[in-house]
Formats: sequence, structure tokens, C-alpha cells
Amino acid sequence: MNWLKEVGFLLRISRSEEIARRYFVVNGFDGALTMLGLAVGFYSVGDVPPVVAFSACAGAGIALGMSGVSSAYISESAERRKALLDLEQAMAARMDGSAHGRAARLVPFVIALLNGASPLLVSLAIALPLWLASRGTQFRVDPLGISIALAFAFIFLLGAYLGRISDTFWVWSGVRAVLIAVVTAWLVTLVSP
Amino acid sequence: MASVNRVVLDILKPHQPNAVEFALAIAGHVAGGRVSVTVTAVDEKTENLEVTVEGESIDFAQLRDAINEIGGSIHSIDAVEVSAAAPSAAT
Repeated sequence: MNWLKEVGFLLRISRSEEIARRYFVVNGFDGALTMLGLAVGFYSVGDVPPVVAFSACAGAGIALGMSGVSSAYISESAERRKALLDLEQAMAARMDGSAHGRAARLVPFVIALLNGASPLLVSLAIALPLWLASRGTQFRVDPLGISIALAFAFIFLLGAYLGRISDTFWVWSGVRAVLIAVVTAWLVTLVSP
Repeated sequence: MASVNRVVLDILKPHQPNAVEFALAIAGHVAGGRVSVTVTAVDEKTENLEVTVEGESIDFAQLRDAINEIGGSIHSIDAVEVSAAAPSAAT
């Protein structure tokens, strides 16, 4: 796992660990709220075939993933390049061949991957009951209801994680995130037929 | 053939990696040797180090490459100790 150690080292020397963690959580939250909105919308309409619901959720998840990858790569490449130029000026030396040069080239890819993978994976996990239902799996409850419950669970977990890393009471942090999700779901029901 | 046993270098490096990681990275290229790092000055983006490397036979080119690779820049060689090879016994 030498490449994993190398990636960790490059994230550390470019002080990018915090950004990577923040992007992962924020975009995971985006994915979960988007899936919640879709699931609540479909649930409100009623009688939506699981295959339709899954296709819409998967499509949204993929779009969120692509958006995450491309936006993060463009912005992080520019930031890393600027940071390297500033460092070269302070060092009065070219640093393209050093670990810092490698970090400037590689770290944007890593952060972009995290930024895109987070909403995609969260979206696919929440949409999983819909996919299973479209493949013939029988559930005792509406698979949309399971997806909604999963969305709330992910939102609570992401909120709780933020609470842990910011040294605040993690339960309250999770509950606060769930309250945001409840408001979102309510707003979606307002616009649903 | 003579060999380098000790060098004292004035090095400029970014804050990251820190002095411990920097010393460990250099030590990886000095077999059986010893590396001592002292931070002598710190500014906004960089820090100056006095690095002492001791070993039986230091490959200076390899040492310089290792320092550059980890982001350091050698500003000066402040001290060197070299030992000459012992003359071979006359037959």
C-alpha cells in the first residue's frame, strides 16, 4: 500500500487533508439531500415504478458525481499551482521535481475523485432498495420509504461526523442535520401534486 | 579512495514536511549514518535548517538529490570531514 502512504504524504505536505475531508462531507450531504428530495417527490406522486425511480436517482447521482469531479479538479488545480508558484518564490528555486511539485499535480486528482465519489456513492446507496425492487426483490414496505429512511440515516451520520471532528456533541450535530432534511422533505411535498 | 564522513549543510525548506519527516527522509539515504537537524530560522512559508549528516561514506550527490526531492534547497556547505583511505601495506 505504498501508493496510499504516498498520497497521504502529498496531502499532508500540501495541507490538503482538511479540504479533502470537507469536500467529502459536504458533497455527501448534497447527494443525500438530492436523493431525499427525489424519493419524497416520487413518494408524494405515488405509483411510481421502482425502475423509473431508480433511473432518476442514479442519473442524478452520476450528474452530482461528474459535477463534483470536474468542479473540484478545475478549482484545486488552479489553487495548487498558485501555491506551488508562491512556494517557489519563497524558496527562490524551481520545485517541479520535488514532492511539492508532485503534490501540485496529483492532489487535484485525489480531491476531485473524493469530491465526485462522495455524492455518487451516497446516492447509489440510498437508491439501492429501488434497484433491488426493480430487479424483482419483494419488500414488506415501499422501497421508496426505505430509501427515504436511508437518506435520513446518511444525513444523520454525516452530521454526527461533523460534530465529532469539530468537538461538538455529535448527537446534536446529527439531529441538526436531520432537521435540515425534514425541512427539505416538507418543501418538496409543497410542490408535489 | 577518500570518503566523506561528515557534512554540515545550511538548508532552506518549506514548513511541510516537518523537521522530523525531513530528517527521516535524509537518513533513508545514509546507510548506517546519523542525521541531526536544527531549525535556525522560521518565516511565513519557509524555515532554515542546519543539517549535520554523519556516516562512514556519504554519497553527497545522492544526499543532495534526496534533499531536493523532499523540497529542500542546499544554500551552503558549512563544514565537511573527509577521511582518506589507509595506505595499502607494502608487499
